[in-house]
Amino acid sequence: MKRVQFSSPYLPYLFLAPQMAIIFVFFYWPSVQAIQSSFYLEDPFGFGSTFVGLSNYSDALGSAQYQAIARFTVVFTALVTFLSLGIGMLLAVKADAVLKGSAAYKTLLIWVYAIAPPVAGLMGMMFFDQHIGPLVKFAALFGWDMKVGLNYNDTAIAMIIVSVWKQIPYNFIFILSGLQSIPASVREAAAIDCRSGTRRFWTMTLPLLAPTAFFLLVINMTYALFDTFGVIDVMVKDKAANNPITLVYKVYMDGFRGNDLGGSSAQSVILMIVVFVLTIFQFRFIERRVHYN
Amino acid sequence: MNRIRLLDHLVLMLGVFVMVAPVVVAFMTSTHEAADIHRNGLSLAWGGHFTETYNTVLTREGGFTGKITGARMIWNSLILGIGFAAGKIVLSMLAAYAIVYFRFRLGTLFFWMIFTTLLLPLEVRILPSYEVMNRLSLTNTYTGLIVPLLASATGTFFFRQFFKSVPEELLEAARIDGAGPFKFFIDVLVPLSRTMIAAIFIIMFVYGWNQYLWPTLMTTDERFFTLVRGIKQILLVWVGSNIPDYNEAFALAILAMLPPVMIVLIFQRWFIKGLTESDK
Amino acid sequence: MAAISIKDVSKVYNGGVTAVSAVSIDIADGEFIVLVGPSGCGKSTLLRMVAGLETISQGEVAIGPRVVNDVDPADRDIAMVFQNYALYPHMTVYENLAYGLKNRRTPKAEIDARVAETARMLELQPYLERKPRALSGGQRQRVAMGRAIVRKPSAFLFDEPLSNLDAKLRVSMRGEIKRLQRRVGTTSIYVTHDQLEAMTLADRLVVLSGGRIEQIGRPLDVYHRPATTFVASFIGSPAMNLVSGEVHGGKLALGPALIDLGATVPTQGTVTVGLRAEDLRLHPEGEGSLPFRVDYVEELGAQRLVHGLVGDQPLVAAVSSENPLPATVSLSITPSRLHFFDSASGRRIDRPGDDRPETLAGGLPALEAAAS
Repeated sequence: MKRVQFSSPYLPYLFLAPQMAIIFVFFYWPSVQAIQSSFYLEDPFGFGSTFVGLSNYSDALGSAQYQAIARFTVVFTALVTFLSLGIGMLLAVKADAVLKGSAAYKTLLIWVYAIAPPVAGLMGMMFFDQHIGPLVKFAALFGWDMKVGLNYNDTAIAMIIVSVWKQIPYNFIFILSGLQSIPASVREAAAIDCRSGTRRFWTMTLPLLAPTAFFLLVINMTYALFDTFGVIDVMVKDKAANNPITLVYKVYMDGFRGNDLGGSSAQSVILMIVVFVLTIFQFRFIERRVHYN
Repeated sequence: MNRIRLLDHLVLMLGVFVMVAPVVVAFMTSTHEAADIHRNGLSLAWGGHFTETYNTVLTREGGFTGKITGARMIWNSLILGIGFAAGKIVLSMLAAYAIVYFRFRLGTLFFWMIFTTLLLPLEVRILPSYEVMNRLSLTNTYTGLIVPLLASATGTFFFRQFFKSVPEELLEAARIDGAGPFKFFIDVLVPLSRTMIAAIFIIMFVYGWNQYLWPTLMTTDERFFTLVRGIKQILLVWVGSNIPDYNEAFALAILAMLPPVMIVLIFQRWFIKGLTESDK
Repeated sequence: MAAISIKDVSKVYNGGVTAVSAVSIDIADGEFIVLVGPSGCGKSTLLRMVAGLETISQGEVAIGPRVVNDVDPADRDIAMVFQNYALYPHMTVYENLAYGLKNRRTPKAEIDARVAETARMLELQPYLERKPRALSGGQRQRVAMGRAIVRKPSAFLFDEPLSNLDAKLRVSMRGEIKRLQRRVGTTSIYVTHDQLEAMTLADRLVVLSGGRIEQIGRPLDVYHRPATTFVASFIGSPAMNLVSGEVHGGKLALGPALIDLGATVPTQGTVTVGLRAEDLRLHPEGEGSLPFRVDYVEELGAQRLVHGLVGDQPLVAAVSSENPLPATVSLSITPSRLHFFDSASGRRIDRPGDDRPETLAGGLPALEAAAS
């Protein structure tokens, strides 16, 4: 904090009031409600609720369907995270290496960031459309009859491709700015010490990028867990039964379609714990990041 | 050396192709007629029906109630994007100002309470949030659309970080020059933060414009639909029909991405600054 | 304009760290006081307490007749020049100069007149419409000065204002500050870690170490009669040689050498002896009283610094570079030029031969009168 600060008996509270009010009404209240109702079974017709302890949790965690969705979520998250991070890093390293046209590449590679996930999902639907989709035709060349929306695996692959496509720019921007913040003197020292460009990348560039990459790892996981909701919602077209969905989508379905308030809340709380752990992780790495800078 | 550079360029061009081509194809295809697309698939060539398609999409009254137009949805998206970005900036600047520049007893407590909001994204508490909105009768209102999204600390942290980087002597000089808390904020801090405000505005506008889950929950009345929220509806109508209106679907997708994409492209420098500095 | 009195002022931080302890300085109206010391000695903290940017833990600060402990910085009628200038980057030079006046509801016409006058004094007229980032370092420094002068305050407070400038500019700005202060005659407190800056600017110096005053006095008095070994080693370049010696009867033993002290014997037993490098004279071996083994030589152009050992204690002698350096040498010094310090406390031991009264911490009334 600052060495010199204002002191006033009411001003700081006045300045904080709007933010705190909104946080209380729209963050703390719902969060407490979620935790509370996860211990209750709500009557579907709205005639009160019964305390059921942890049974909402055991129902959720014990159900085969939930476990299957959890497994898919893990696979989906891992693939989206590593593919988008890997491709983003490859492009960033190349864009940093070329002298000519670097700015143009940068512009062309980042703007997809601004496309909303459901819009990306909509475009994905078109490109994987049974009738007109060029990607389905492309797959057919290899004898692969892709049926996105009908075949579980095909839909999953399409979802992953669209989600990765949407997330590449984000990784690209961060890694490129990470690369550009490596001081020229360090690069020059490395160029003198090490002849092989590949070796230089593994021994100099990558360790210096590690903090950024760890940070992106967590951000990408959060993206794959939550922000892909729009992609999934558009691509499964309300026929979630035989299509792959993630845990967040299930929270939404059980809560809004199934009217299972308790079960949905219990799942919310499980996700809260996952995010909580992830975020704690992230802040530890951010501290490292600061050290590196 | 030269061969390596060539390879680099090839990789980059492939990347650009993968990122850009789908959108170009989407735009080109949207200028064809639906039947044409149905017959020949997606297209990279100009179809010549740009005006008709976009005119239809923007002005035809559609949806279940037959009342909603594309233009109306764009308007709603703008309200959400701008309202969210502006609200975020005002709230978070004030809060960050209080936290950084004032010494008060509950400061640390408030800081941690705001900090905690970073731990739980909206997605994990959608159902109870919806219940709260219902209780406050804020569903199908612009307030209900915008205000709950403001309940996170990203902007506050961004400005806190920035305010902390402002040289201390500036406040000291201002105090000796006779500036109180309000004067210092308005005369010195706000003008100093101009670039920061621009950067965060861009990030937040894109974020607000692209919101999907929350508008889906909050708005059942089509008059409040945003463009991004309307996408699903388009698909629902489309699934049933004989020859789907591919062209219109693409046109809506293009319209939905146009404003945020334009802003990101035009203000690229600020956008990158805002993004890389706010997400720390 | 006003006198400033600092009475038993202490600063204790929340963690219990004492930054300044029981410091008292009486500053006459129009006087230029320099607080000097190594980093962490409390000089900036003291200045900031006078400015009102730090609270005063104990003691009293008065500007003119008014005790200002609880007065807001804006109401203390002081102006401050910061190390990094703290110019408002979004305001033009004119606006920077006018901001403080505007906040005090000075009429527009008067603001214009005063800014014009200040700009003329500092030769800033061509730059009034520029933003600080379009100015050079020296120009920014002058704007920072201008912001202080334009207010016509009772006192100027300078917090290391020259340390961001390069060496050449620092010398010329030093002169300019001195000249301006003379001209407007405003009481000034100036903080620096640079002893040369302190020597050249000050009417009186305050040497601080570890939050305490080591010595207050006019620059030459401090130089010639340092009150402690700390002051002796801090003021002057090269630093005063401090070696340990023994006084027996009328003779001082420095390692193998014996120096006859004549009539002015300060004390008996072990003492710390101070020898200014420029008081030492070089002779061929055997002629001087101190046998000297040369280690290495630094040529400074006008001067030559000869580093070596007397017995096992290192010593530096500054000699003219005109004479050739003999292969083996010895040193001599006039006994009255020797400084004696208590080897336990480090405090100066006065000798009957010291021609002027010692100026110790707290200041003496006689000196106050002499300085004003």
